[in-house]
Amino acid sequence: MGKESIGFEEAVGELERIVGELERGRPELGEALAKYERGVKLIGHCQGLLDQASRSVALLTGVDDAGQPVTTPFDASATPADGRA
Amino acid sequence: MAALPLFDRTEKAALCSVSELTGRIKDVLESDFADVALVGEVSNLARPRSGHVYLSLKDDSAQIRAVIWKSVAQRLAFDLADGLSVRVFGDLAVYAPRGEYQITIRRVEPEGIGALELAFRQRFEKLQAEGLFDPTRKRALPRFPRRIVVVSSPTGAAVRDFLQVTGRRWPAAEILIAPTRVQGVGAAEEVAGAIALGNRVVGADLIVVARGGGSLEDLWAFNEEVVARAIAGSRLPVVSAIGHEVDVTLADHASDFRALTPSEAGERVVPDAREARLALEHLRTRLSRDARDRLADARQGLDDLALALERGLRRQVDDRRHRLAGLAGKLEALSPLAVLGRGYALAFVEGEAAPLVDPARVAPGDRLTIRLAGGTVRATAD
Repeated sequence: MGKESIGFEEAVGELERIVGELERGRPELGEALAKYERGVKLIGHCQGLLDQASRSVALLTGVDDAGQPVTTPFDASATPADGRA
Repeated sequence: MAALPLFDRTEKAALCSVSELTGRIKDVLESDFADVALVGEVSNLARPRSGHVYLSLKDDSAQIRAVIWKSVAQRLAFDLADGLSVRVFGDLAVYAPRGEYQITIRRVEPEGIGALELAFRQRFEKLQAEGLFDPTRKRALPRFPRRIVVVSSPTGAAVRDFLQVTGRRWPAAEILIAPTRVQGVGAAEEVAGAIALGNRVVGADLIVVARGGGSLEDLWAFNEEVVARAIAGSRLPVVSAIGHEVDVTLADHASDFRALTPSEAGERVVPDAREARLALEHLRTRLSRDARDRLADARQGLDDLALALERGLRRQVDDRRHRLAGLAGKLEALSPLAVLGRGYALAFVEGEAAPLVDPARVAPGDRLTIRLAGGTVRATAD
């Protein structure tokens, strides 16, 4: 599948819309097939997002002028196994 | 005239100055009442800009002046108010310039209720009156957050629980931990600052304010006004997850969603990837079925059209065939050849197209063609 930068929420929203249109409306065949193809692509995209195994956790220490987070690595082992705080 | 003996005796006391007497009174009172504890009702409360607090303590039949110096007043969790029943601990002090005595309060507690409990109630009422906890202010949480800011202690159990649950359910979400202290002096300001920081992060969808369980005192930072206001004023939706189920802080009241624990916050802020996969499969099934149905519809329509076309074509052909047959019949009836059937014949001089009508046109030996109903005969003229 091609470059797809939209987020999961947006993709699922579009998917639901496409399915709804196909189920309720009677689009022209060419359009229906185009929608179907788009839907299949979106499903693949969503599954790709779900398959992103890399979990990202970082410590937020600031925000730069562009609003981008300034971070330092987070050491998960520093959290106590059963401590409370 | 002799002086009255009564006066004589009285005037034997040594004369002293007002200051001397006051000094003696001060010495006696301040040593005898160095450590007083009393219950009374606050009245005549005054808070000048100096930061010191002046008040009277009274009961049904007496009252006494009291002062709380700024350093003590600043540390009071709750708000003093006229009419409030308090327990006061302090020292009696005489103020010589005005000949007055008052209690210098070292510690004051509400009577019949904990100081923090009272402070909580007072703040709750105040913030509620301002509309900070209004249910209509609560915002919906994003369904699939991509970037979540967690305001918490990075080494606490709350963060660990939250990461564990979100990592299992929805690893695609990026978690940014805005580290803060979650108890102690200054913790509330740090939490408020971290919430403000999280709001400046581009692409952040949500803020989670989390803290593990603890005593009322441990959780107190989340009952500070500065935290409740930071949450209520947050651009991003805020989920609070503070302490255990029984602990409801002002931060919880101000948040858009109150999770009972940090683990529950994890459950609520991200969907379950397994469920999402199932939902996607469901959508794929529907999509395929829709497309298949649509194709079948189109095919059916095409078939119908083809049939109609065929029928139409056949009718046209049949029509023409009928008309043709009719015309042929008429033509047949009108044909000059029809008379031949009755025994007439047509004669042609060979090579001419017109039938022979004039005998003068025929010379002996001419080849003739005679057309009969059943065919032609060749003959030679005599």
